[in-house]
Amino acid sequence: MDAKRIKELEIFAARIRLETFREITTLGFGHIGGAMSIADVLAVLYGEKMHIDPSDPKMEDRDYFALSKGHAGPALYATLALKGYFPMEMLKTLNQPGTNLPSHCSRVHTPGVDLTTGSLGQGISTAIGAALASRILGGDNYSYCIVGDGECNEGQIWEGALLAAHQKLDHFILFVDANKKQLDGTTDQICSMGDIAGKFAAFGWDAQSIDGHSISEISEAIDHAKEAAGKPSCIVLNTVKGKGCRPAEETAANHHLMFPDAEANRQEEERMNSLVKELTEEWRNM
Amino acid sequence: MAALTNKEESIEMRKVYCETMIQLAQKNPAIVALDCDLMGPIGMGPFQKAFPERMIDCGIMEGNMAGVAAGMSARGCIPFAHTFSCFQSRKCIDQLFLSAGFADLNVKAVGSDPGILALYNGASHMGLEDMGILKNIPGMTLVEPCDAVQLKWTVENAAETYGNFYIRMNRKNAETVYEEGSVFEFGKGNVLRDGKDVTLIAAGMMVKETLKAAAILEAEGIDAAVIDLFTWKPVDEDLIISYAEKTGALVTAENHRIDSGLGSAVAGVLADKCPTPLGRIGVADVYGEVGVLPYLLTRFKMTPEDIAQKAKETIRRK
Repeated sequence: MDAKRIKELEIFAARIRLETFREITTLGFGHIGGAMSIADVLAVLYGEKMHIDPSDPKMEDRDYFALSKGHAGPALYATLALKGYFPMEMLKTLNQPGTNLPSHCSRVHTPGVDLTTGSLGQGISTAIGAALASRILGGDNYSYCIVGDGECNEGQIWEGALLAAHQKLDHFILFVDANKKQLDGTTDQICSMGDIAGKFAAFGWDAQSIDGHSISEISEAIDHAKEAAGKPSCIVLNTVKGKGCRPAEETAANHHLMFPDAEANRQEEERMNSLVKELTEEWRNM
Repeated sequence: MAALTNKEESIEMRKVYCETMIQLAQKNPAIVALDCDLMGPIGMGPFQKAFPERMIDCGIMEGNMAGVAAGMSARGCIPFAHTFSCFQSRKCIDQLFLSAGFADLNVKAVGSDPGILALYNGASHMGLEDMGILKNIPGMTLVEPCDAVQLKWTVENAAETYGNFYIRMNRKNAETVYEEGSVFEFGKGNVLRDGKDVTLIAAGMMVKETLKAAAILEAEGIDAAVIDLFTWKPVDEDLIISYAEKTGALVTAENHRIDSGLGSAVAGVLADKCPTPLGRIGVADVYGEVGVLPYLLTRFKMTPEDIAQKAKETIRRK
């Protein structure tokens, strides 16, 4: 990927963060931390790697995606709206009565959401199911899934890890958003996952550990994962919970935050918007 | 139409299940089977031999299997995912609720060894509450075929009907109730015998016990109607109401806890629409036990004699 394309995806990630912030501050509260930490991988997946058609969300040979850490839904909604799956205006309806953008991802409600999540641990299984079905039905598409590092406390993650390896699911790519925090504290305080990449490798996976905020590293890791024949791939994204949203980065317990101060919200939104403009200017000069 | 058979025979249900699955898979490339290391007990070896790539034996991981089945159906497969009824409900409720149910997918969950049919496996393996747990999944169709004819129809038609199903089945021998080729309808009960004094409503293995109870009552001059309510959910309200009005007393018989299954579903309909004396046969608020079927039927007061006795008590409450 050339530098200009990387810059484009950085702009996409910055816009995902900006729109996620707008969604959550319009409502006044939300799961900001884990949404911000996955903006970069969403930008690479939806901006570059995934075989999708926003005008045909149910396209048969599309790549499938499960956001297993379903509470990060607002980041996925921002991504889908920016890709044109539904009007940007809809983002203002997050969690409002009758909305099609509920806190946690629902395939029934939101165009572009393939699999329903919200009970941690479940997305890995449904994404594995999509990959298995593709193989049986003769498709060449990929199945992607993002789980959290805290989510890896769930036994279902490791059941999925066993099955995907046993089934040699080389069209299944799993990202672990290793932002090192879960709701009640740091992952090391609550239930340390230790060496996550090492654990997946021990389960028979191709495993990588990268900077989860580096567009180029994410892109290269996906390319590498696609070359790993006969085994599923795990890419551990070393991330910062709340990345790119100052109030979230400055708060230790940032799983779910309130945003009651309209002026502070306006300033942060302006700062995030400036970053988009700045990156766009850099892109123009490339 | 569904008609009673004159034949006295007993057919191995798992053999019919497997044969039906093979026939379906031959016609439809989307049919797949999943299991959790119970492929042998459910008799799916021949299916695996015929379609090795379409038999996913997950190993012992029921919750994961339920989620995998949901994902497979999202991608266009029609998965039949089997484990024992106790695990299909107690271990998979969260995945069946969210990954399949709320997601409006197309999973056919199959639970074998329901209730006391777990026999020597005892309390730990007796799914006496599976229907009670899974009925809480909105839109899920809960079915319990009583014999091989109804099982074959159920599997074929569940495959053709979009939506999440739970098929509760005896995997061993079941006495034949219906004539070959009988046709059913999900959500509709089947009147096996008309009557005017009391209505006996049953499903699964209790259909045969209830027909025997009706014969006992007949010998005593009591004219009992018998209904096979093979779809536990959605329950056939119209049929229940019409027979409540016609006979003025009802008895349910289920191989399940009475406080969360067929009896409670019928009680709900009656309370809402047509208050009528109701007696309930089934397992009370206790755990199962190991044992042979005659012992367990007696122990939990589920014999034809118990049903007949309950019918007479209920008639007296008219």
